[in-house]
Amino acid sequence: MNLRRIGISLIAPGIGLIVSLAATAVILTVIGASVSTVFASMWNYGTSPRAMSLMLNLATIYFLSALAVSIGFKMNLFNIGVNGQYVLGALAGAVVASNLTLPKTASVTVTIIVAMFVGAVWAGISAWLKVARGVSEVISTIMLNFIAIGIISYIIVRTSIGTETSLNIRGTKPIPETGMLRGSAFIDSGTPIYGFFFISIIIGVGYWFLLNRTRFGFDLRATGKSATAARTSGVQSNRMIYVTMLLSGAVAGLVGLPYLLGDTGSYTLQFPTDWGFIGIAIALLGRNNPLGIALGAILWAFLDISSGQLVLEGVPREISTIMQGLIVIVVVISYEVVRRYQVKSEQTNVAKALAKQEASV
Amino acid sequence: MTYLKSRRFIGAAFTAITMLSITRTITGNGDLTSTVTIAQALVFASPIALAGLAGIWAERAGVINIGLEGMMILGTFGAGWAGWQWGVWAGVLAGVIFGAIGGLLLAVAAVTFGVDQIIAGTAINLLALGLTKFLAILLFTNAPGGGQAQSPPIKGEIPTFTFNSLVEPLSSLHEKGIFFVSDFAGILAGLFYNMSLLTIITFLLFAITSYLLWKTAFGLRLRSAGENPWAADSLGVKVVQFKYAAVVFSGMLAGLGGAYLSIASTIYRNGNTAGRGYIGLATMIFGDWRPGGTAAGAMMFGYIDTLRLIDTGNQNVKGLILLGAVILFAIGALMLRRARRNSAIGFLLLGSVMIGAYFSATSFPPEVAQVAPYITTLLVLATASQNLRPPAADGIPYRKGDHH
Repeated sequence: MNLRRIGISLIAPGIGLIVSLAATAVILTVIGASVSTVFASMWNYGTSPRAMSLMLNLATIYFLSALAVSIGFKMNLFNIGVNGQYVLGALAGAVVASNLTLPKTASVTVTIIVAMFVGAVWAGISAWLKVARGVSEVISTIMLNFIAIGIISYIIVRTSIGTETSLNIRGTKPIPETGMLRGSAFIDSGTPIYGFFFISIIIGVGYWFLLNRTRFGFDLRATGKSATAARTSGVQSNRMIYVTMLLSGAVAGLVGLPYLLGDTGSYTLQFPTDWGFIGIAIALLGRNNPLGIALGAILWAFLDISSGQLVLEGVPREISTIMQGLIVIVVVISYEVVRRYQVKSEQTNVAKALAKQEASV
Repeated sequence: MTYLKSRRFIGAAFTAITMLSITRTITGNGDLTSTVTIAQALVFASPIALAGLAGIWAERAGVINIGLEGMMILGTFGAGWAGWQWGVWAGVLAGVIFGAIGGLLLAVAAVTFGVDQIIAGTAINLLALGLTKFLAILLFTNAPGGGQAQSPPIKGEIPTFTFNSLVEPLSSLHEKGIFFVSDFAGILAGLFYNMSLLTIITFLLFAITSYLLWKTAFGLRLRSAGENPWAADSLGVKVVQFKYAAVVFSGMLAGLGGAYLSIASTIYRNGNTAGRGYIGLATMIFGDWRPGGTAAGAMMFGYIDTLRLIDTGNQNVKGLILLGAVILFAIGALMLRRARRNSAIGFLLLGSVMIGAYFSATSFPPEVAQVAPYITTLLVLATASQNLRPPAADGIPYRKGDHH
């Protein structure tokens, strides 16, 4: 039974991958590129040690972002605000870490706590608006994303927190080496794997445990499945909205840290601001399951990184973005089709069993 | 009914001009109600308004359209791609068609396959972003005057109209600085100064939508698909067809909004939409899923954007702060009259804080104006969302015969 379930859950992503590869092949043919050369280039570069290391680093970021989104999804809350939550969290983390002179473990721990706190507070605004004022979190988180970007540009451009960094862009002052978490280079000697790679695995396990092995997780999933049923069984749904949004925001606060503490050491105006949206896509691919999300994050990062050398073949690397978009659309549609097929086959089975019973009576 | 409506409209316009006038008089900043400001605000507001209108069409038929941003992106691209080769009207057409393709994709995913609508929309946003970036590199890199991230300049121009015989006397009246009269004159002149044909089309589309959706049998059927598709189906309404039509038309409107953006900046540029699809969605909610309120919301975004961008003396943002305070006080007074004491105290307190800020600072950074529309939207939603009424079956996947 379990095997069958795993098989079914793999059908949709499988179809998604195949359809998107086929569509990509068509696009490549239309623009006159050689399909086999392009795929070979992606595969060859993508599996090189350096690319693998870059891929794991990027996947770490995507994984955290998708986890944050999926905590909300589990309760039918759509946290589109991961973008705003993580940029503010990363900025706060960068400011605090650059002013700390503590041993590494203490410094990194403080940075993590600050970033999670700020992310949670920002998500908490949406939770309050939803519970107290009935504002849909979809729209409030989108507005808060824009507001967060404005706040950050104000802080970095107009306050003394922002300085000229070495790259001629304004940013926070650099974090001392004791505050960084660069990780170790165990696949490719020149490219360290972020220390956050391991932290995110721990968080993934924690997510799984919290959702599947605790009373809270049960309440959360129950509320997501049927808010009214959960309420009648004594779950306080307003409290659940607060806790879920705060948790989601806290994890979102971490999204920028692997890059901040593992690479730049400073929050600059060029810090990426769209990892939250990628998180939504990956949470969909992974069906809010930590293992599925991990696979989705790796696939997404693989496409991002492996397309890095396509310029040499005369093909824009954005072909990977098209592949990602196609995968998401086809996968969500096939999940729905597979789900309907399952429901239908269950109904037929029940009907058959009942018919047999009646016949024997 | 229409009498009541037009009275309400005149009342709202009167209140708005009065508040603008109070602010203009205290600050002595003529920019706040000048002809140029209003004319430019219309240019900034139109694409957002079109996105909001697109949202109305889809959601009135019961399909949430988060994919507006993606459809707008497709529209900006279509306008740039066709516009530089075959002229500006070809660009408009291509923008609309590209937007329609995005709408069709959403319809297939959300209506035929019944995928969660927010998820389908998010996926369309992703796909549109990747596709346009990809095609921009392929099609524009070697084009004359183009680049990896932008198209060559769009050929030709959309005709604009200026009625000098009206604008000149009104503008000179505006400069006299008479309370209310001058401000009314400046705003009125803004409607006849550099008015683009596309803006006029936008106005018309709003009027047509109001009529079609609320005054015809077609509109009633379409809205019934968003309120109770099962009941509609039982009365013989072809729900799926209506949903398809509405979502595809929604894509066309969003595409037109995108085309407007590209044409206003004379080229297609990556990221030119800058989230305006989402802002359009916000104005739609702001406007209670109705054309009038949506247009007002879009105008607010356009107006604040304009004041921020033409801020030469660094005083416009300050003026906006005072305007915000005046509006908050007005709402506070209204709440007092309706005996909603707690809300009233909240508004009056917030207004006082802004008055304090106005008098204590010499100028404000532009970032304040940058975030002001979003904060306003949140405030409006926080105070009014109990009164907002989205279509009852908005966002619920519909399958024929599935209701239980």
